[in-house]
Amino acid sequence: MLLELIASPPAFLIMALLGGLGIAMISAPLGVFMVWQKQSYFGATLAHSALLGISLGVFLELNLTLSVLITTLIIALSIFFIQDKIKLSSDTLLGLLAHSTLALGLVILSLQTNVQIDFMAYLFGDILSINKTDLWLIAILALLVSIFFKFHWQDLLNITLNQELAAVEGVKTKQVQLTYILLLALMIALAMKIVGVLLVTSLLIIPAAAARKLSKTPEQMLSYTLLIGTSSVILGIIASALWDIPTGPSIVVVASLFFIFLRRF
Amino acid sequence: MTQKNTILAQVDNIYHSYEDKIILENISFILHKNEIITLVGPNGAGKSTLLKIILKLISPTKGTVQQKTNLKIGFMPQKIQIDPTFPITVLRFLQLGTPQSNRKTREHLKKVSNDLKIQGLLKQPIQKVSGGEMQRILLARALMNKPELLVLDEPVQGVDIKGQTELYHYINDIRNQYHCGILMVSHDLNIVMKNTDQVLCLNRHICCSGTPQSVNNNPAFLELFGSQTKEIALYEHQHDETTCKKTHGKVY
Repeated sequence: MLLELIASPPAFLIMALLGGLGIAMISAPLGVFMVWQKQSYFGATLAHSALLGISLGVFLELNLTLSVLITTLIIALSIFFIQDKIKLSSDTLLGLLAHSTLALGLVILSLQTNVQIDFMAYLFGDILSINKTDLWLIAILALLVSIFFKFHWQDLLNITLNQELAAVEGVKTKQVQLTYILLLALMIALAMKIVGVLLVTSLLIIPAAAARKLSKTPEQMLSYTLLIGTSSVILGIIASALWDIPTGPSIVVVASLFFIFLRRF
Repeated sequence: MTQKNTILAQVDNIYHSYEDKIILENISFILHKNEIITLVGPNGAGKSTLLKIILKLISPTKGTVQQKTNLKIGFMPQKIQIDPTFPITVLRFLQLGTPQSNRKTREHLKKVSNDLKIQGLLKQPIQKVSGGEMQRILLARALMNKPELLVLDEPVQGVDIKGQTELYHYINDIRNQYHCGILMVSHDLNIVMKNTDQVLCLNRHICCSGTPQSVNNNPAFLELFGSQTKEIALYEHQHDETTCKKTHGKVY
């Protein structure tokens, strides 16, 4: 059966693999910084808010990908600008936003009596749902991410080390950090179809965490993260097609196995 | 005595408040080339806030800070916390202090690390170095761009007295080598660097300022710290009772 798949892969599998590889490559640079800056809860909050995007899209009869993109962008911007002003720890603020957006999404969705949507697909990802538009969007985001990191890799490293030091040395810290966060929001919106809302952050974090022990420099860690991320996606999608298991969990399990395996060395 | 062309930064009538609480009031001073100013004051005196205002990281509620055009600043933050998941060596940390790497910057890096005796640490992960080593690394980083103004936030924090002497000695060398102005903060009211030209005692406002006195013949001091303390002097506070009394807990 594996041979059959390789010899003549169905069109949906090729689409899924392309989309998954794109997302894995995008999430490598975003993921390493998420780990270094301890931003995983921020990612989780954006992912939760993506579900609100689905509900709003269904409610307002919009394109779902578009409504998710807009929602995550708005939530990312709000967090960025409220964080300094509100007298709450960022931990509390993120928890508040993650669950209130999720709850609001569920409430709005329950008001829709005449629409049937497959909720599980959004929670855990659906390999079959990737279409050409998604692939284009992933390609565009990959381009944006590459351009951003080409010019701001060193800036973002310095911000991660110490924001004030970076600012004194002339880095436009607010601007660079905001761009990073917006790219993260876009990535989460696009990855939702592949791994689902609940597992998006694991795609960002687990390959990076697995790469840590092998790496002595930030660039080395990025390369290993890329390698582990793309391998997890390929193996996960193949396993998903072979044994009919949900794609998202399948990919994340593979990535976790990489993590455990690499920890032992 | 006005040497206009040597002015690096001019602080004029700074007031700063945060949520109705006054943090700084009526702060004015000028920092010249080749000059070392030490800012002392108790915890919560507003030292860090003033430093951030001078570095233009925050803007004051009132007042102005003027920097010389295109002033190159080297900054040594009080402490730096690097996540253990961030794989970075001391060398790379220093390299990140210059926008590009070329022969000149590499030679400068080598020289600074030799001067500060951190050449043996360059290949180590930065999370593995000790507190005293970290202070020297942060100072080296501040020097990467050959600054005209060096701003040091508690440079000898967590360094033993011998290390403090060495560090102060080196900071004085920096002034002579780079001809830069140095502004440093110390929370220790009693011990400041001997070569400081001016000490500003801050407690929301500048309560007093002056030159530190040599204490090499102060027997109590010698007994405490031994004779190897040429670079450290007690700053004798001459408090103006009328301005200081209300804000100081304890007057020396």
